[in-house]
Formats: sequence, structure tokens, C-alpha cells
Amino acid sequence: MLLIHCPYCDEKRPEIEFAYGGEAHIARPLDPSALSDEEWETYLFIRSNARGRHHERWRHIHGCGRFFNAVRDTVTDKFETTYKAGEERR
Amino acid sequence: MSGYRVTGAGRVDRARTVAFTFDGQTYQGYEGDTLASALLASGVTLFGRSFKYHRPRGVMAAGVEDANALVSVTRGPGRFTPNLRATAVEIYEGLEASSQNRWPSLKTDMLAVNDRLGMFFPAGFYNKTFMWPRSFWEKLYEPTIRKMAGLGNSPTEIDPDHYTAAYVHCDLLVVGAGRAGLEAALAEAGSDKRVILIDEQNELGGWALSDPDQAQWLAQSVATLTAAANVRILTRCTAFGFYHDNFVGAVERLTDHLAQPGSGAREKLWRIRAGEVVLAQGAIERPLVFEGNDTPGVMLASAARTWLYRYGVAIGRRPALMASHDSGWQDAFAMAAGGVTISAIVDVRDTVDDALLRQAADLGIAVHLGSSVIGVSGRHKVTGVEIAANSGTGRKRIACDALMMAGGWTPTLHLWSHSKGTIAWDESLGAYVPDKANENVRCAGACSGQMDLGTGVVVPALPTPKDASRIKAFVDFQNDVTAKDIGLAVREGFKSIEHVKRYTTNGMATDQGKTSNINGLQLAATALGRPVVDVGLTTFRPPYTPQTFGALAGHAKDALFQATRKTGIDGWAQDNGAVFEPVSQWRRAWYFPQDGEDMHAAVNRECRAVRESVGIFDASTLGKIEVVGPDAAEFLNRMYTNPWKMLEPGRCRYGLLLREDGFITDDGVAGRISPNRFHVTTTTGGAARVLAMMEDYLQTEWPDLDVWLTSTTEQWSVIALQGPRARDVLSALDTDIDLSPEAFPHMSVRLGQICGVPVRLFRVSFTGELGFEINVPAEYGPAVWKQIVAAGQPYGITPYGTETMHVLRAEKGYIIVGQDTDGTVTPMDAGLNWAIGKKKKDFVGKRSLARPDIVAPGRKHLVGLLTEDPSLVLEEGAQIVADPAQPVPMTMLGHVTSSYWSEALGRSIAFALVAGGQERMDETLHIPMPGAVHKAQVSGMVFFDPEGARINV
Ligand SMILES: [Zn+2]
Repeated sequence: MLLIHCPYCDEKRPEIEFAYGGEAHIARPLDPSALSDEEWETYLFIRSNARGRHHERWRHIHGCGRFFNAVRDTVTDKFETTYKAGEERR
Repeated sequence: MSGYRVTGAGRVDRARTVAFTFDGQTYQGYEGDTLASALLASGVTLFGRSFKYHRPRGVMAAGVEDANALVSVTRGPGRFTPNLRATAVEIYEGLEASSQNRWPSLKTDMLAVNDRLGMFFPAGFYNKTFMWPRSFWEKLYEPTIRKMAGLGNSPTEIDPDHYTAAYVHCDLLVVGAGRAGLEAALAEAGSDKRVILIDEQNELGGWALSDPDQAQWLAQSVATLTAAANVRILTRCTAFGFYHDNFVGAVERLTDHLAQPGSGAREKLWRIRAGEVVLAQGAIERPLVFEGNDTPGVMLASAARTWLYRYGVAIGRRPALMASHDSGWQDAFAMAAGGVTISAIVDVRDTVDDALLRQAADLGIAVHLGSSVIGVSGRHKVTGVEIAANSGTGRKRIACDALMMAGGWTPTLHLWSHSKGTIAWDESLGAYVPDKANENVRCAGACSGQMDLGTGVVVPALPTPKDASRIKAFVDFQNDVTAKDIGLAVREGFKSIEHVKRYTTNGMATDQGKTSNINGLQLAATALGRPVVDVGLTTFRPPYTPQTFGALAGHAKDALFQATRKTGIDGWAQDNGAVFEPVSQWRRAWYFPQDGEDMHAAVNRECRAVRESVGIFDASTLGKIEVVGPDAAEFLNRMYTNPWKMLEPGRCRYGLLLREDGFITDDGVAGRISPNRFHVTTTTGGAARVLAMMEDYLQTEWPDLDVWLTSTTEQWSVIALQGPRARDVLSALDTDIDLSPEAFPHMSVRLGQICGVPVRLFRVSFTGELGFEINVPAEYGPAVWKQIVAAGQPYGITPYGTETMHVLRAEKGYIIVGQDTDGTVTPMDAGLNWAIGKKKKDFVGKRSLARPDIVAPGRKHLVGLLTEDPSLVLEEGAQIVADPAQPVPMTMLGHVTSSYWSEALGRSIAFALVAGGQERMDETLHIPMPGAVHKAQVSGMVFFDPEGARINV
């Protein structure tokens, strides 16, 4: 079971306290109606499916409840870092 | 010497005899014996029958790696454990063990005929033979194969034992308490580190238990560690898996070794998070591959030494040794020193160290270098071996009553590999050793490849002058895989060791190839003519040894498997005869049968009561979210399809929630309590999902909105009072709320008090009748419920359950998200266009409602269905076709989502998702069901009171 560092609690906690939230840094368009079908498709469905460094969202759902971002290596399953929502992509 | 017990040798307690049975016959051993050592001491050599060929098998190894001697142990009803290794079963007074995979008895096994038919069971036999037709698999092949080939029987009764579990944290975890593990723990004994030392055996020591020279050191070390307050010692505890971030799973066996197990837990699952892990799992000796190497009495040289020095048991009067490694010679010398006559030493090598030869000569042991055993005589017990020079000449027989084999050593890398540590091939060992760590873990002792056991050569299979295609030289003893099978797999084109493994099943038995992986790999590499490192190694996966389901499940069974959520009113429902159904994690009253009514009669009566007078329903399970803050209305406006900003305080609105892809995910009614506060309801099953979705948008997309979300599902008891007399009943209660239709219209909410407690009173209806939902603080729910029931007596107030609720809502065309929708239904598909705020620029899912797939014709629409036969209630889930005469497979238009008998209409009603349904009004469709194909006409979904006159009264 992974240990995940919650940047809000500033503690490493067991994976069962967290919920995975999909790829990170995919902002909802401010005006979806202005998007073409292709652009909307990209936002909705197209993900990087990275082999290696992957930016992803986690939520400390059974802890502080906050969403945060993480960089995890999808090959080794190791977390490189976690950081608060709204911070620059690392 | 009594039997094969050697006087003065071993650690068993001679003062304590233990009686036990094996296959019904009584034997005696000593405390400290395993089932294997006690039976060997009694002269038993035959322990079981092999998996495929039903060949007689004895014990090959002395530890958990043994592949042959699998037994079942029974200790009363439900306490039956198959497939235990006799080498790991500690005997206790009254132990009942039995052999497996034989009929009618171990000595006379009818299925041993498989051995003679061996030519018909080559590698890939099952894949090649039992192919088609499929029905043969279910009816013939599989039952027959399972009967003929297999392990012990599955238990047939529920396990009455209980199992416990604990989380534990430590700075240092040491796995394995042989010399290396003990030294790792001793280095921290008395320090400020929390140390856990675990070992699978009944006492600490590992190989040191088989070496009297280490006995004194061992005793001192164990005393030091036992006295150290910072060291926790767990024996009879198997570290079975190494998971992420130094998380190790281990099972401690608490009672299986006790004559009186008592009422405590049978096993304990330890979930250990360690700062650092030291793996000191040791190494396992490899068998040699030659014809007859599975004969009872052929065993690993190190095992023979363990039987003698740990258990005081000689494996024979005059055993021989077949070696490719120096360590076997040392074992033979140690046996000789213990009084056992060694009849001969055979070594495949042409030369060995002079010191070995001198010592053999001193002991008077005949030595045959450059030679191999090419056959073993005796069926249930070794009576001799045939040897030949590696050139094939000089065949001769050697009389012996047991054969030790010494093929070198394989470091135990299982947990290291679980931890994703890399491995490297060590040519001198002929085995893989740990390379780079992936966690904070290191290997110590023999499992790191550091061994002081001399040298050896790696021989995939011993040379033999015999026709290799006609002999059985076993590689995987438990799955009956021979050297021939691996050669065949390679000839048939399998080049990856992972494929060879699956085709031959080498290493796939319950021992996970502890003794066979490297030999199989060597054979495959030789057959392929490639270096071993190019062929690779199969993956180790947890568990290291088989573990019970009980240990893994722990307390999570029966009522504790999953929490059953009950409302405050649940007890009243139980007292009043409710039949319950599970709805997500809740148990809900399904219907309230009276006087022997069946469900149909009860539901019809409940439906009539609501339509004609008044019914009462526990709606407390509805999800509830308090949405509070200056931006609450703006937030809901962005989340739900409906407009919220103009909703006045005191009014309610039906809300429809989509996912961003445009499909319906939830719905519910929300009331505006004040300008900054909404009471939002969700479906029973959707409460957690909706709150998580709202939090996601609030935290990550719109952090600028000043809104707080709080789950209040369990803070409110919700009593639905429904029916034309609902207002009459409510009026009879003490309340400060004006209930008149003018002051309190449909879709309103009022705050006040009822029966002396605070209330959020909603005027809403999920039945199509005049209705109220009375929200009171949860703890007051049962009391208020009872007062309402009392006040309703003059009107025949009737409690109803979820089934009646479903029927009544279906009569009105109200959908249930998750039943009538399945995650692929849009508001347009469901006929809910009216719930979409047309003037809203955006809400979650809006853009998707214009996606090409969503606006394309031919989508499935939710419609009503009226059967031609009004008494016929369609099956929910039944498929719908346009033409029942079309050839199979038919084009299916959709399926029935909801279907009931409507007491109010005196006929059946149904909803269905049908391709192009809204364009098929009045069309007749066909529903094939078991026995008949039924006709039904497509209709609208509102079957009862389409004008809604009954609500607005
Ligand atoms: Zn947190």
C-alpha cells in the first residue's frame, strides 16, 4: 500500500485514505460553448496516458478532504512529489 | 535406534510423546516434531500421490519448499485444511492428518494408471486435447480432470474459526531468523529502534537449528533478543508479501499447533509498515534432474541433515548421495558423524576438492566421480540406485535405502522480487541474486548470495545413456513436469520462459516453483541454446506460501463484511413486520405484509392506501447536502441543469445533475432555506458520489466561489406523508406551520416546529398525491413517526415500503436514476428537456448535450410500455425487438427498465429504453421472455393523473 504525502496535512498517509482523481492540470474551459466538437472531445476524453512521469489529482478524502496534485511515475509507481491545487505544474 | 529415530540427536523433547493419526493409523512422535519428521521416524516413506500421474511421493525437503508431501488436517466440523505441507505441520496430541489425491488408498491408488499412460499427458496436453465443443468442457472434461488430477478436497462447511488483524509500525523489520536475520536483529537489540523479527517456524534459528555447533550461540542470541524490550519476536509467522513503501503482509498462526486451540483467533494478519526491511530468507537447495528422482526416499541432502540434527531422525540405514555441489558432501559427512552409514557418494563432476576426497576416504565412503544416478529402484521406498559414468559406460547398481541429492543453492528472492528489486545472474551459484533495491530493503545472508558452502556445477539434467524420450526426470514435482516436457515446449516454439511456464505449468503449483524454477530455466535455456539471462526468470508474486482466506478476510465477514446502515425508524419497521431490502449500504423497509399477505397483496394494499387515504414512508436514506454561502445559488446554478438563482427562499425545485459528458448522474429536490442556504437532496445511492463531485468542482474549478458543502444525510430523519388525507393528519399534530394550500403550496419548504421539535417541512410528492416530507433532527425521528402514526389512525394511515414507492412513482412517470438510466442517458433521452435551463449559458454537461453522438438520431429514449395482456408484468431487463420472427441474433432495440403491476390502473405498466422510442409512439414491439414472446405498445410515461390534479390540492 502506497504512502502518499498530503500537502495540506503535510503528512505521509496510507493510500486507503485517498481517492484518485484522474490526470491533473486539465482545466475546465471557461466558456465550453465556444469550443468546437474536437476541442471539447479533447477536454473530455483525451488523456496523456504517460509512461513514466504522470501529473495526477488525488483527494485526501478520508482526511482533510482536499484535492491536490501529484507527480507519480507510472512505471515504478513511485511518487516524485505532491503539491497543492492551484500551484504551478511541476 | 527405535524405528529411524536416532538416540541423542535433535531438538525434539523426548520426555513428551505425542500420539497422532495419519490415514487413520496411530503413530507416536515427540513434541517439536513435524508431521513429516514423526512419520519418517516411524519408517513411513510414502506421503502422497502426485498431481497428474498419481506417482508415489515422499518428502523431498524439510521446510515449506517441499513439493510432495501435501496432507489434509481435520479438527472437527468446518475445521478442515487441505494442502498443508507435512514438513510444516507441527504435531499435537490427537492430530488427524490424511494423504490426498489417492483412491481408494494411498498405497493402492487406482489412478496411478495415469503414470503408465504418461505418454498421453505431454506438456500442453489439456490445451491440445480438450478443445471443442465448449459444452464438453463443462460437462465432461473439467469434472473428470478435477477428479483425476488435483490437490486436496475443498472444505465443505463454513469455517467456524475467527481471524484477527493488526497494523504495526517499526523502524526495522527482519524477515527470517536464521543466522543472518538474528545478527541483523541483534545489531539493534537494546537500541531505540522498534524492531520486529519474524520467522515462519516454531522457533528461531533457521539452519542453525540443524547445526549443533551453533546451538550455544543460538541459545544466547535468542535470550538476548527475547530480553530486548525494543524487539518484538513473531514465530510461526510468514511474511507472505512485500508491497509498496515497505509494507509487508505477514500471517501468524496462533492455534494450529495446539492440541486445545481454545476460543482465541486462529491466525493473525500483521500489516507491517517498516522503516527498513532486512530480508534474511536464506536459500533453498536444488534437486537434481534424473530418472526416478521423485521416488519416496530421494530427498535434498540438506533436508536429510535437518531430519537428523534437528529432529533426530535418520532418513535410512545406508543412504547414498548424488551431488553436483560440495555442500552435499558436507551433509553426508555430517550424517556419517551422526552415526549414519553413507553407502556411496556420486558426483557428476570429474574432479572435486582433494579435502573432500580425503575426508570421504577417512570415513570409508565409496566415491564415484564423473558419474550420475540414472535410475532408482523401489516404488514406495528406495531400494537402490543405478549409476553410470557420464560417458554412459560402467553402469552399476548401488544398494541403498535413501538417496540424498545436492544440486546447489537458490537464494530465496521472493519478497525481494515483490518489492521490485532487480536481480542479477550469478554464474558461480547458477542462480539469481539480489541486485538493485527499489525500496529501503536489503538482503542478508544466503538470500543475498553470500554462502560458504563450497562450489558446484550447474547441470540442467544429469547425463544418462537411456533414451531421454522414455524417462521421467522430474523438474516440478508438484505439477508433475518433467525435463522432457520442457524440451517439448521449446520444440513447439515457446521461447519466453513465461510461456514455457504456462505451457508446461512448471512452477505454477502451490509451491510456486521454489525447487523447480531454476532447473526449469536451465533446461529451457539449454534447449534454446541461449544464455540463461536471455531467457529471463518468471515473476514471483505473493503469497510466498499459501495462506488461508480466513487470515486475509479477518473480521470482514458476515455482519462485519460491510456496515449495514439503518435509519432511526428502522426499529419501528422491524417491530411492525417489515420485510427489508438492501439499497446501497442501507437496509430499507421493502413492504409491510399483514396477516400472511404475500408481497403482491401487501404492495397492492399499500398502494391503495396512499391513493385513497394516506400512507407513511421512511425516506431518511435520501442523500442530503447542505449548500451554504453567499455563492450557494451560483454554485447550484453551475452544477445542475436547472436555473436556481431566481428560486425564492421557501420554494423547492427538482434538480437534474449531469456528468460533464452530458449523461444523467443524479437527481433530487432542493429547497432554498434562506438566500444563502439550500437543502439539497440526492438519490439514496448517489449521496457520496454527488458530494464528491460537488467538492471536486468547488475546490478545483471554482475555488473563487464562497460556498460550503456539508453532508447532512444522517442528521435528518425524513418522514414522507403521502395521500389525499396527508394534510388532515398533519393538522392534527402540534405545529406552528400554516398548512393551508394558499400559505403552503406544492414545492415549498417551511421552517418551524412539529410535536415540539424543529422541522424543515417540505411539501413535495414522489407519489403524485398531496404529500409532505417531514425533516426532523435524526434523534427525534422515531418519536415524531410514532405521533404521526397515532394521529393517522382515523384515516387508516398505512406504512409503506420501497416497493410501493416504486410503483406509485412509476404510475406518475417519475424516473429513478440508476434504474431507468444507466450512465448513457441524456436529459433528452429521458424526456427531461423541461428540467434544462434554456437560458443558462453553462452548467456541468451542457456543452456535451450538443456533441455529435448526443444529437444523432436513433438514440435510445425512455418511454412507457403497455403490454397487450394487461395482467402480464414484464421482466425488468428483458430485451425488446421489432420483429420476433427475425433470425437470431436479433436486432435488439432496448430493454425494460421498470415494470410493475399498477393497482390504481388495474393493469401492468413499464418503462423501457428503446431506440428512437419517442418516434415510435403507439407502435407495437415484442419482448421475448422465457416461454413466450409478449407484445407491448409504446406509450408516454405518465400513466396516472396526467394533469397532476391530485398534487395541487
Ligand atoms: Zn490531507
